[in-house]
Amino acid sequence: MAWNRKHLLDIESLSADEIITILDTARAFKAVGERAIKKVPALRGKTVVNLFVEPSTRTRISFELSELRLSADIINFTAEASSLKKGESLRDTARNLEALNADFIVIRHSASGAPHFLARVIEASVINAGDGAHEHPTQALLDIFTIREHKGKIEGLNVTILGDILYSRVARSNIWALTKLGARVTLCGPSTLVPKVFEQMGCRVTYDVDEAIREADIINLLRIQHERQRKSMFPSLGEYSSLFGLNKERLAKTKPDALIMHPGPINRGVEIDSEIADCERSLILEQVTNGLAVRMAVLFLVNGGKGPQDIG
Amino acid sequence: MTNSSILLNAQAMQRALTRIAHEVVERNDPPTELVIIGIQRSGVPLAQRLGKTLAEILNHPVPTGSLDVSMHRDDLDSRIAPNIQPTEIPVDITGQTVVLVDDVLFSGRTIRAAMDALNDFGRPRRIQLAVLIDRGHRELPIKADFVGKNVPTSVNETVEVRLTEMGHPDEVVLERT
Repeated sequence: MAWNRKHLLDIESLSADEIITILDTARAFKAVGERAIKKVPALRGKTVVNLFVEPSTRTRISFELSELRLSADIINFTAEASSLKKGESLRDTARNLEALNADFIVIRHSASGAPHFLARVIEASVINAGDGAHEHPTQALLDIFTIREHKGKIEGLNVTILGDILYSRVARSNIWALTKLGARVTLCGPSTLVPKVFEQMGCRVTYDVDEAIREADIINLLRIQHERQRKSMFPSLGEYSSLFGLNKERLAKTKPDALIMHPGPINRGVEIDSEIADCERSLILEQVTNGLAVRMAVLFLVNGGKGPQDIG
Repeated sequence: MTNSSILLNAQAMQRALTRIAHEVVERNDPPTELVIIGIQRSGVPLAQRLGKTLAEILNHPVPTGSLDVSMHRDDLDSRIAPNIQPTEIPVDITGQTVVLVDDVLFSGRTIRAAMDALNDFGRPRRIQLAVLIDRGHRELPIKADFVGKNVPTSVNETVEVRLTEMGHPDEVVLERT
């Protein structure tokens, strides 16, 4: 199916077919990354601004390398070094970047909806690299790409997302994508971090870890986000680890072909035991590799998206 | 109002491919180190047929692959992004004679993109081009080495190559709109 969107702002507004188009396109770009020459001229002469108002290392590096492999020219703009610190508004910053004739703006921002706002005020294509606790679409796409590579499908799979759901944009984007593609999603974690209201998104919510992972085909672990928690949501990291951390004993009770994922950065000994993070059932490093393919696919598709835009 | 005429029927298509296979052998003597690469999409089944016929003539298998040129096109920002099909280059093409296969040669831009794309896989000794139909209207200095049928067309006409591998009986149709 043809892709005609100019932006990638969230997963919520995508159809299942659009998600599949991204995944199929990403498969072709993964092959590019495995060649001796890992670069194609698809975005030659295009300028991409990586506007990372909120700190990020892995997502930024992944986007940068994806852009370089598509032959784009890139500018990196981080909050620490920017005029945003001097009181410039996001709108003015973006319009200044646009005055440089940027074709794409990849934005990471602590405010939910910042990419949608940008898409309304500027002409460039906008790609959401994570907005507050709202969405992180490319992370969900690379997670699903990785699952599909291993399981051959998404429909009918049991996917358990374990950890800090409340503050997680990764969880929200994953829930949208997985449910659109027909997976059964179970959420688990401390009740303060996994409110029942998520059931309205079509998920099952449980607070019993062993039950949550027993039938799971995929266990996606999320990091406890200290930086977003306004007050302590659970007594201690040690208690979290013993109640919800994935360890050898818990893993032994899962299906033998259940696979483990984590968007990183991992806190060894908190949400995941060190030896499990490195075991053969862990897809954590494959997720990093697949992130490049998915981001290249998104940039490639958005470059061609000239249709009318419905910005939510 | 559309009217159409058949340029090649199944039999004529088969004959054209057989003739091209013989011409490829004749041109590349000794016919060693041949790699047949079809351009996605219709070029791929044609390349497979050509590779099979060549293998029968030469009594040894001829490596056959596929190439998607989407990432190397020069019109990416003026169109909806194309659906990318698999690229499978079966052998190291460095030092080999690559025969690119496509269904219709028109502007020549696809072939330009294909030659660029091939460069990422190695440095062939030479690249030759085989097409089922050459319909003219070149926009680049590109010429086919092997042609099934030359068809003078107007730019308003379309040439459609239908293949059994893609769910239609074999035929080539010229449509005027």
